Amino acid sequence: MRPFRTRRTATAAAATVLATGLLVTGCGSGGGSADAAGGKVTLTVDLFGTFGFKEAGLYEEYTQLHPNVTIKQTDTQDEGQYWQTLQTKLAGGGGLADIQGLEVGRVASVVRNQADKFTDLGSLGIGGVNDGLVPWKGAAVKTADGKVLGAGTDIGPEAICFRTDLFKAAGLPTDRAELAAKWSTWQGYLELGRSYVGKAQPGNAWTDSAAGMFTAEVGQQKVRYADEGGKAVHDSNPAVKNAWQDSVTLVTDGLSAKLPQWTPEWNKAFTTGKFATLSCPAWMIGYIKGQAGQAASGTWDVAPGPGRTGNWGGSYLTVPKTAKHPKEAAQLIAWLTAKEQQAKLFTKQGSFPSSTGAQAEIKSVTDPYFNNAPIGEIFSESAANMPAQVLGTEDGVIGKAFTDALGEVERTGTAPATAWQHALDNIKKAAGN
Amino acid sequence: MATTTPPALSAGRGPEPPVPAAPAAKGRPRRSGRLAPYGFVAPFFVLFAAFGLFPLLYTAYVSLHRVELQTADRMDWLGLQNYTRLLDDPFFWKALGNTFTIGVLSTVPQLLMALGLAHLLNYRLRGRTFFRVAMLLPYATSVAAATLVFAQLFGRDYGLINWVLSSVGLHPVDWQAETWASQVGVSTIVTWRWTGYNALIYLAGMQAIPGELYESAAMDGANRWQQFRHVTIPGLRPTIVFTVVVSTIGATQLFGEPLLYEGSSRGGISHQYQTLGLYLYEQGWSFFHLGRAAAVAWVMFLLIVVLALLNAAIAARRNRTDR
Repeated sequence: MRPFRTRRTATAAAATVLATGLLVTGCGSGGGSADAAGGKVTLTVDLFGTFGFKEAGLYEEYTQLHPNVTIKQTDTQDEGQYWQTLQTKLAGGGGLADIQGLEVGRVASVVRNQADKFTDLGSLGIGGVNDGLVPWKGAAVKTADGKVLGAGTDIGPEAICFRTDLFKAAGLPTDRAELAAKWSTWQGYLELGRSYVGKAQPGNAWTDSAAGMFTAEVGQQKVRYADEGGKAVHDSNPAVKNAWQDSVTLVTDGLSAKLPQWTPEWNKAFTTGKFATLSCPAWMIGYIKGQAGQAASGTWDVAPGPGRTGNWGGSYLTVPKTAKHPKEAAQLIAWLTAKEQQAKLFTKQGSFPSSTGAQAEIKSVTDPYFNNAPIGEIFSESAANMPAQVLGTEDGVIGKAFTDALGEVERTGTAPATAWQHALDNIKKAAGN
Repeated sequence: MATTTPPALSAGRGPEPPVPAAPAAKGRPRRSGRLAPYGFVAPFFVLFAAFGLFPLLYTAYVSLHRVELQTADRMDWLGLQNYTRLLDDPFFWKALGNTFTIGVLSTVPQLLMALGLAHLLNYRLRGRTFFRVAMLLPYATSVAAATLVFAQLFGRDYGLINWVLSSVGLHPVDWQAETWASQVGVSTIVTWRWTGYNALIYLAGMQAIPGELYESAAMDGANRWQQFRHVTIPGLRPTIVFTVVVSTIGATQLFGEPLLYEGSSRGGISHQYQTLGLYLYEQGWSFFHLGRAAAVAWVMFLLIVVLALLNAAIAARRNRTDR
């Protein structure tokens, strides 16, 4: 009798402990908004590349305004890898942060295929979050039935960043206006590159990679990989073919440092002077600062690039359906993408605002890190002429296939025609059914 | 006979196999004695059914459908189309070829080195426990950590290996973009990780070889090398067959090293070191075609079965010709 009794007591005790545990955890994770009113909330933010919120001190400012909020950010440098992980998590339904970043090349795919995996920002009370932005920015993230899936952050007006010290050493001009005139076309850019390579130290290339040039050149087109009707035109669009041809010329003339973008080798090369110029969408300003560090301050400069316009990238902030604190997440993204914060982000980090109000404010900004270059003026002018790009569902995949194929040309000496075919094969393999 | 057999067990199973003769008085314990082994082996088979067999069969089912990760709840019947598409895909054949060449490049030197190391460790060495434990260290290192370190060493512009090459006046090698160089790079990581592990297996096999064989060989005037060739190697044959089979399976499934070597599922700029495992991963988790990935998984499974049978056949044939 006794052993039986003790066992029963033990069982009862265990059950109590278990039940209490369930109650406690139930309280902890239950309904985000209910307990958030007075309690602490930790918001998780998962991003790619360099959004610059942390670097520009925006999180710090927000948590001072909202002492009950703590913000934790994770970051993947390569957007391709970030997207892959995001898709796996969306399919599995777990592991997603409260706020997930989204690149403009992926937006069409999400809007058309995965709208049900993200919270409609309208239902969180911030449906008008994109109202003050350039019109296409908000339109791209709106579903046919009027759901707003994301809040627009920056856009990517293009310019060229260059190293004044390397230019001087090779006897090239460093005056921005003079350079902008010389490389007003991509042909002029290649021409100046050839004269640079002739005079520079051996192993000192003109630019980082053919991929950078290709993406920038394609980014100047309204129609790139899909036309207005959603039909794939990547293999027939003469603009894509032209950009490919110019990038191949860049390689065959020995102007590329052959560094695949977003790799550790590429990151290291920002300090070692392996390349003298870089296709520079506005957000690259912050990336360069992060990679080259304070020691390189003053060696870099920015000038208007070929064509003086183009759009490369730019992002959105979304709240996945599985977010633990959707209300608080919505408040944070509304604040982060508001006009004032967009302006601050540009001044400190260079990410160009999509908010027209902020665009009007930052026109006179200069950046001491970049030799006091008038980055406000340069990127504003580039943004003013920017085409409203037609976005296809496979833009991200197609762009990567082409830049990968260019990497093949520059790193393994594959014949350009073969590499072009590889790109088309890869696109078929990735996108086709 | 029939009276000693509990009816519940024999029901509907036809004639019972003969049971070893036992006194009828011990009928009861025998019943539990016959059930107990099933009880003891059951956990494995239950787990295997849940985590091995079911996924295997479900994968086969998925491989006959079009399934995309973004819309994973929708399945469209395709029949064998995922498989026929594989045969048309040049990248699949490339991955198959790469798996073979990387497998040879990593397995052959690895096993030869392991054999040599085991032979050395078999001598009376001072601090040999230390050396034996040290052998296992690379195996205990995670694939990710090892690969990241090696990827740095093999770096094109700032890697240690190219630095050494150029300091002795040789051409630096692009260890990631060139076909053979990158395959050697990946194989090096595999070899580094598994050599010690195999060496310890060989060492265990060597210690089972009776010392008298060596003594009599020595008396017959055989030197160390002859002893190794004529005593050690024949004595180790079953162990060698085992390691070859295990290494072959491992090489067919090679995944972590090539994935992390450059951090992309493409296996190098022109797929030059994309293995089958990586090809599967690319289909499933870069392009999100789960149906096609499942088809690759099944092709790999069948391939491993064929390779294992082939290994067994060769081993059996060698044994027969030797006797």
